[in-house]
Amino acid sequence: MSGPALHLAVEIDGDGAHPAAWRRAAHSPGQLLAPRRVARVAAIAENAGFTLLTLDDGVLPPGAAPDPVGRIGAVERAAFVAASTSTIGIAPVVPVTYAEPFHVSSQLAALDHISAGRAGWVVTEEERPEAARAWGRPRVDDAGARTRESRDGVEVARALWDSWEDDAVIRSVATGRYLDRERLHYIDFTGETYAVKGPAIVPRPPQGQLVVLGRPDRVPSAQLDVALVEGRDLASVATAAAAAGTPRVLAEVEVALDTPGATAAERVADLERHTAWSDRGRLRHIGTADQLVAVLVELSRHVDGVRLHPLVLDEDLAVLSRLVLPALSGRRLVARPLPGTSLRSALGLERPANRFTAAAVATQEDAR
Amino acid sequence: MTLSDPLDVPRPHAQLHFGVFFQGVNHWTIWSAPDSGSQIDPASFRQVARTAERGLLDAFFLGEGLRLREVDGKIHDLDVAGRPDAITQLAALAAVTRRIGLVSTSNTTFNEPADLARRLSGLDLLSEGRAGWNVVTTDNAWTGANFRRGGYLDHADRYRRAEEFLSVARALWDGWEDGAVAPEVGAPAWSAPGGVHQVRHRGPQFDVDLAPTLPRSAQGHPVIFQAGDSGEGRDFAARNADVIFSGHGNDFDDALAFADDIRRRLRAVGRPDDDLRILPGTEIILGATEEEAQEKKRWIRLQQVTPATALGIAGPLWGIDLSDRDADGPLPKEDPVVSENDSSFGARRIADPRAVVAEWQAKAEAYGWSLRETVIALGPQRGHVGTPSGLADKFAHFVRHGATDGFNVTPHLIPDGLDDIVDLLVPELQERGIYRTEYTGTTLRENLGLREPLTHRSAPGRRQAG
Ligand SMILES: Cc1cc2nc3c(=O)[nH]c(=O)nc-3n(C[C@H](O)[C@H](O)[C@H](O)COP(=O)(O)O)c2cc1C
Repeated sequence: MSGPALHLAVEIDGDGAHPAAWRRAAHSPGQLLAPRRVARVAAIAENAGFTLLTLDDGVLPPGAAPDPVGRIGAVERAAFVAASTSTIGIAPVVPVTYAEPFHVSSQLAALDHISAGRAGWVVTEEERPEAARAWGRPRVDDAGARTRESRDGVEVARALWDSWEDDAVIRSVATGRYLDRERLHYIDFTGETYAVKGPAIVPRPPQGQLVVLGRPDRVPSAQLDVALVEGRDLASVATAAAAAGTPRVLAEVEVALDTPGATAAERVADLERHTAWSDRGRLRHIGTADQLVAVLVELSRHVDGVRLHPLVLDEDLAVLSRLVLPALSGRRLVARPLPGTSLRSALGLERPANRFTAAAVATQEDAR
Repeated sequence: MTLSDPLDVPRPHAQLHFGVFFQGVNHWTIWSAPDSGSQIDPASFRQVARTAERGLLDAFFLGEGLRLREVDGKIHDLDVAGRPDAITQLAALAAVTRRIGLVSTSNTTFNEPADLARRLSGLDLLSEGRAGWNVVTTDNAWTGANFRRGGYLDHADRYRRAEEFLSVARALWDGWEDGAVAPEVGAPAWSAPGGVHQVRHRGPQFDVDLAPTLPRSAQGHPVIFQAGDSGEGRDFAARNADVIFSGHGNDFDDALAFADDIRRRLRAVGRPDDDLRILPGTEIILGATEEEAQEKKRWIRLQQVTPATALGIAGPLWGIDLSDRDADGPLPKEDPVVSENDSSFGARRIADPRAVVAEWQAKAEAYGWSLRETVIALGPQRGHVGTPSGLADKFAHFVRHGATDGFNVTPHLIPDGLDDIVDLLVPELQERGIYRTEYTGTTLRENLGLREPLTHRSAPGRRQAG
């Protein structure tokens, strides 16, 4: 394979991927919610050369019921981080199981404007029954119904992003018209459980369409730009990647690395005394930085990139930026995103044509 | 105006508070001038917020509209339109400002309490206690077409839902006890056992049950603003709001009558009548001399009320599509057509069009005005025009007599429209001792001089917020 082959994403929610990660964090629990901390972690990820950071979320607090951990909403954190970084892509997790797709679409379009085209969206589901109680809505409890809500939510958000053509704002002093209403479109979406009229209230995002990431078994692959694939070993990741059917595929990789103070295995064992690091069926690397580089080199033959889930951000992010990313760029296996590029171009994705503009062109051609 | 002795007034030590309202949609924002910038570029928001902070303003405000305006089934194409989601935009501004309050207009009809309360707390924490929420109810049915719930609520139900919504939000904001988050590294648990309370609410509008996600912010809760002018709206404000964003700020007598009405309503619910700040939205036009200010106003009005906008304002008044008429010619000869069905979504409704048209025709005849000149002279009026020193005296009079607590300024130009006010008017106000010379606190609640949140007034052992 020629040229940079791996796009590196990192999940930076909370203190790390392990549910007890906060116990090894370098700060007190409350500092997790301080704006300085949010900006600092993002700055470390950007300086390390990651293409993308993601921020997990959900309506319920993370952490088990007797010991809840606080979490600021991912869209709000993403917007804050967008204003304090300049090159890294930023993708909040936003489930649309119960949320209003119109709001979600506006929030994400706003994030893309704020970040000058660096925004993505990780589509997930609210699976816990308590989420329905929090929203005060009837439970969407079978997998099929949740997939339907995700599919419809993504469809509505994407249609709304196209509902303003790129040049809908004309500022025509001669005619006194600010908008060309011919270039604004009702989406008239009607799904099984709701309908949305449109157009959006936010003009089309700079990227045209944000980069949409998700699990191909949960969101129809035609709606995804990037599939997030899982598998406990290389072979199953390779199989999942081959089946994804999306423009790009990132493998989910959980990592715990040796640090100067303790080995990866010791660090994991320390946290396991408190809570189990549940097996989500993802590739998990517990070991040295060099071994991780070898795993990633191997993965680069099957996927376009990886999303890393570090055990403890305060510990593993430092090792990733000091050892792992430099080793990969030394082998020309990754390239850091350039200032001024959109997330789409960093991932080598085209800026999509607007569906309404395209439809108008097609009609004209038919008429000929 | 004759100026009284500043000490011989009801509120000699009153301070004036300014907010800036970054308007989303309406013809008052001039888009055609060479120096009018983008309404969506983050740089515009940054610049206005930073200018506001340089001028020691209390708050940066964003409005909300959840459907594009339409007239006669067509998208209204004359005004600035298209804006970012407010809370998302404000979270970005939290990263590039230090002291100014960040206020989101978010309606209670097309949001759900768990979601909105969580988003607002996140903004409050990211800004370290500078968030505000302007509670609106959405006064139309057509917005519902963009949401799962569809439809809409009639007037009385909208405020009932708003009230219940707010009480759920407050329960969520109070759900973590102060000190619930472990203060030290190596603590045995992230949050103190029993320090986080499950919120269970069963009411006519909401049936929810959840654990809140976040602790209280430096100011306790987001500051509650209210905008809405009906009796129900005013009562809602008296019961719930810290600040009213009113429409009564042009005329002293009207502003004072509104403020007196609000004070009556506050006393009726057992709150002291200085418990709430009244900040009417207003436009401020400054000139070095009175003539220059009037000249500038004339230019601004011509930019705001373009020929197309004049016809767009007159059309609904006459009930006739006037878009192909000549705005610079005489008024339409026709009598107004009064229709029961209003097909204008988001446009103004006129109570008695026949009387208004008769007045317009009489005045236009008497002064020889064109249609456009008539709309400018007699159409919706707003704002204050004068020299910095003259307006500083006028505003001191408003504030010291309790007609308002300040103003929510709506610049006619983005992003430079606030510069004059900060550079020329603020120093005059400071000289008169009516405007701060530095931020008095770090939170929005402190800067507005507000007491701690309503839910926390009598709880013993609570930290004082203000
Ligand atoms: C100064 C002012 C600003 C307002 N801004 C908004 C806004 O940005 N978005 C919105 O949906 N409603 C806005 N409103 C409308 C009110 O919140 C309210 O929904 C409407 O006035 C109907 O309530 P009422 O009958 O009590 O007046 C505003 C009202 C006032 C007076």
